[in-house]
Amino acid sequence: MLYKDLVIIGGGPAGLAAALEAAEQGVKDVMIVERDSGLGGILQQCIHNGFGLHVFKEELTGPEYAQRFIDRLDNAGIEVLLDTMVIEITPDKRIFAVNSEKGVLEIQAKAVILAMGCRERTRGALNIPGFRPAGIFTAGTAQRYVNIEGYMPGKEVVILGSGDIGLIMARRFTLEGARVKCVLEIMPYSNGLTRNVVQCLEDYGIPLRLSHTVIDIHGKKRVEGVTVAKVDENLKPILSTAEFISCDTLLLSVGLIPENELTKMTGADFDANTQGPMVNQRMETSCEGIFACGNVLHVHDLVDFVTMEAKFAARGAAQYLKEKDGPCRKMSVIAGEGLRYVLPHAVGVEKMLDEKQNFFMRSIKPMKKARLSIQSENGTIKTRMLSYVKPSEMINIELNKSEISKAAGHLKFILQEEGASDER
Amino acid sequence: MSDKKNVTCIICPVGCRIEVEIENGNILNLSGYRCRRSLQYVKDEVTSPKRILTTTVRLKAKGAHVLPVRTRAPIPKSLLKEAMKELKSVSVAIPVKMGDVVLKDVAGTGVDVVASRSWTE
Repeated sequence: MLYKDLVIIGGGPAGLAAALEAAEQGVKDVMIVERDSGLGGILQQCIHNGFGLHVFKEELTGPEYAQRFIDRLDNAGIEVLLDTMVIEITPDKRIFAVNSEKGVLEIQAKAVILAMGCRERTRGALNIPGFRPAGIFTAGTAQRYVNIEGYMPGKEVVILGSGDIGLIMARRFTLEGARVKCVLEIMPYSNGLTRNVVQCLEDYGIPLRLSHTVIDIHGKKRVEGVTVAKVDENLKPILSTAEFISCDTLLLSVGLIPENELTKMTGADFDANTQGPMVNQRMETSCEGIFACGNVLHVHDLVDFVTMEAKFAARGAAQYLKEKDGPCRKMSVIAGEGLRYVLPHAVGVEKMLDEKQNFFMRSIKPMKKARLSIQSENGTIKTRMLSYVKPSEMINIELNKSEISKAAGHLKFILQEEGASDER
Repeated sequence: MSDKKNVTCIICPVGCRIEVEIENGNILNLSGYRCRRSLQYVKDEVTSPKRILTTTVRLKAKGAHVLPVRTRAPIPKSLLKEAMKELKSVSVAIPVKMGDVVLKDVAGTGVDVVASRSWTE
């Protein structure tokens, strides 16, 4: 059995930032366990630019963003286990992992940071009828094929879902000489960042068809085409609008799911909306000494926020390793009207890491103008006006320690649309 | 003959749709913008749109296939295809360091293409 102070599961952006920050905080014995053969996680296949505007104040590609962290790792004395898959975690922080060299490994950690990221929803999650021919990929899988393995999955492509990965793959396929016929989005608005809709679709004249979905896939051996249809306001296909589009490839970019199989083994409490664990002000799950950050906790739109959150989790773990847990008054955080979720789920004011606490949240629908208010049992703590909120762009707001101390019972976040919502 | 173009500003999340009237590369009329930053963006965008190109080139290494690369600076949008064509024949040997030049002066733009990650082994 190995004994480690801090074991970080996952060597992507969250794991890398957490490891470096933990080392900086004086945690001596840090180990990263990564199942892939290299570090950087999904950033290595995200070869496009646009990363790092918040953290580095410049525009980097995914591999560049990762490299900045990887280069610092050697000097920080952090141990890295590659090609190693964690298969079990117990609530008392014992980790079982396997690799082809050592077989089964058993590691007893004093603290654990979960940083396993997320995966894409697949065709099975959508129940699209039809045969099961070759040529149906999630956008992320196609991205790995093109940008890491170096081959093209198809020539004529239809993309279902306007998530950022789908938009970026529309551009990537076009640059590599394939023809992207259209991007279909079931909602009446795009689920991607505006800059991606403009730079990935409009730049290349690729149509975005809102309120549309795929209702059938044709072809037995290989995809030969799809039937698409407009949907009504209940997202039900309007069959009279059905239309055949020929293609040899269908990409799905229909949402991400945090990869929490290991988290569930710890018995930690879950949030049904984020599909990740519930955490407190220092990113600690309800299982003491086990922390979570990055896309395993909730799906982020910007890697910069993953980095910030991971640093926070690392500081939380460092604090935990130093003094274990003392008594702490916990205030629950509630996502009220207009919001899908708010993170963290609870705040222990006495154990806050800074004078300020950052809260992350997502709206349930796009709003042109909205009032965000934070309320407790004894009234409103803070309000702020926001413009152009979108479910795809995360909202964050800071509360001071003094503001949180004033609250009683709970902190309830409410997002109310202001004025008439005119069309955009 | 003047030409009408629609541009979405990407400077901030507002995403203003701006209608631009152009004649011989000169802007005659602009409408729909809400701020000065957006005004500058649209001017650049309709007169000389530029983009950073990110793609991959062949990598000569065991187990590895392609190397992610980028243009060091934005290049004219109209030359993206030409740049992709030139990069098709580029092949890089290891070791390579992030920032190493893999192709100089791509498509006659004066901009170099550099490696986006390091690769040893």
